[in-house]
Amino acid sequence: MKKVKKLRKSTRSSLITYGLVILFFVIVQVMMITGNLSSSLRGQLVPIAAYIVMAVSLNLTVGILGELSLGHAGFMSIGAFAGVIVSTSLENQIANAPLRLAVSMLVGGILAAVVGVIVGVPALRLRGDYLAIVTLAFGEIIKNVINILYVGYDSSGLSLSLKSANALGLEEGGKVVLNGPMGAVGISRISTVTAGFVLIIVTLFIVLNLMHSRSGRAIMAVRDNRIAAESVGISITKYKLMAFVISAALAGLAGSLYALNFSTVVAKKFDFNTSILVLVFVVLGGIGNIRGSIIAAAVLTVLPELLRQFNDYRMLLYAIILILVMIATNNEKIKNLINRVTLMLDLKTKNDPKKGGAA
Amino acid sequence: MDFIAYLISGISLGSVYAIIALGYTMVYGIAKMLNFAHGDVIMIGGYVSFVATANLDLPPAVSIMIAVAVCTTLGIVIEKLAYKPLRAAPSLAVLITAIGVSYFLQNAALLIWSSNPKSYTSLFKFEPLKLLDGELTIASVTIVTVITGVIVMTTLSLIINKTKIGKAMRAVSEDKDAAQLMGIGVNKTITITFAIGSGLAAIAGVLLASAYPILTPTMGAMPGIKAFTAAVFGGIGSIPGAMLGGILLGVIEILGRAYISTQLSDAIVFSVLIIVLLVKPTGLLGKKISEKV
Repeated sequence: MKKVKKLRKSTRSSLITYGLVILFFVIVQVMMITGNLSSSLRGQLVPIAAYIVMAVSLNLTVGILGELSLGHAGFMSIGAFAGVIVSTSLENQIANAPLRLAVSMLVGGILAAVVGVIVGVPALRLRGDYLAIVTLAFGEIIKNVINILYVGYDSSGLSLSLKSANALGLEEGGKVVLNGPMGAVGISRISTVTAGFVLIIVTLFIVLNLMHSRSGRAIMAVRDNRIAAESVGISITKYKLMAFVISAALAGLAGSLYALNFSTVVAKKFDFNTSILVLVFVVLGGIGNIRGSIIAAAVLTVLPELLRQFNDYRMLLYAIILILVMIATNNEKIKNLINRVTLMLDLKTKNDPKKGGAA
Repeated sequence: MDFIAYLISGISLGSVYAIIALGYTMVYGIAKMLNFAHGDVIMIGGYVSFVATANLDLPPAVSIMIAVAVCTTLGIVIEKLAYKPLRAAPSLAVLITAIGVSYFLQNAALLIWSSNPKSYTSLFKFEPLKLLDGELTIASVTIVTVITGVIVMTTLSLIINKTKIGKAMRAVSEDKDAAQLMGIGVNKTITITFAIGSGLAAIAGVLLASAYPILTPTMGAMPGIKAFTAAVFGGIGSIPGAMLGGILLGVIEILGRAYISTQLSDAIVFSVLIIVLLVKPTGLLGKKISEKV
């Protein structure tokens, strides 16, 4: 116990986050083995993992870098379709499914990072709501372009067309991987809950270490005061781009994981609404708070499922809960009230009153 | 001749975007928030006018007035219940609340009118205009839309530049605290801005539904995003910017669809937006933000 207390505050907080994820994974595994998990919930596990990674990576852009991005799903989309194409073309070369999944995800992540650079270099010159709209625009462009893309695979390799699946001129036994607006079809579902868990841990490792490194402090300095940061010799472009590209790459990884969990995926899935959904996770979990993002992503993905008993009213309830939570956590009067109540409770239990005041 | 026809329908679509973008830009200018629920108010406007004409058999003019009245009330209620408690909150919190309101409106519409698309009969049933010996045909909806657009934009410019409430709106958007010290009711002004924006959204809803006669609970989302784009395109917060941005966006979209690619028309619109923002980072008519060190 003493040793834990000796650790730096940031390290302790990181360890709690890792522990939380590991605990959650163990609980899920136990529930799966004992059969306590409903099938609909079981089907949600990989998407939950993907959304957690999405939320954590978006938090890097929104919370740590302090720039609003409304097109995060675009990077997810790139990772998803790159992953599907790689996984289908390597089906014969790499028989081992987990290895193929890893390779596919890696390619998806790298490709998303490349697009991240292409988007980031011009976009990060803009500020505030203008940056937000450019990211939104990029997300929509990516969706539109993938929607008209036809990709096929046969013994001679990959072929690409912008017209139709027939224009691919596939050989006998060839496979249409990406079928324009119909999306990717006939995906072999190789994503697993364990892969999702590993990806979350890797993401946390990258993001938490970045946050507590020299670069991370530079990024936060840029967020807090751009001009002051620049005047002490921090390269604004470099650090902004670094955070943005890492965030894009992680979204790409999440996208691959997500797509390879379903047999069909369409580009429309990764539209503006998905970007917004992930943003909701980040804001509800607390901007800049990684642990909050994880919890919010998990809870809010399951919430519509839990509200299923309300049938048609569930999305309505979801909306009302969202509004009420935002008002409750951001309204001055309510915040003061909560502070006073916690202070009173703390005094009653004879805790350190200072602690209560800070809560 | 084709080009002129496309240009006219582009201006028509652009007028709708401009009317919606005005709502976005006014609210942004005054409350510094992105009201993502604005697109869904359009949808409500469309449905209300549909119910008024198809179910209640009311004349078109009355149904439009009912739609405007309902949406204006809705705008005021939304502002009072959801946005007013968050006046001092960080902008992202308000953004998420607006998204919550958007979900709420969409799902409420889903419950009331079901997800089955409703086919809307255009309120404007007179003969299309034929010019140049029938070589150029302009649909009645197009004419009405363009005329409405011109009327709305002139009226709004007059309200903002010539009336007392317009002056108050400009003052609040310039400096909230100073305006309050001068005796302007900031909350009242914000509420009126929401009311005007939502009323405009209702008009846009009727025009949109007449031009694309399918009603669904999510019909407002895409025009909402496009109009938001238009507002940014022209420089968000700027009233003439929203009009210019809206019309340009509509023309680019229709011309892109006609001459380049149908499926890529949205991508073209957004690419143009990105290029414009790279050259003019605060939009076409946006104010330059000066930095204090």
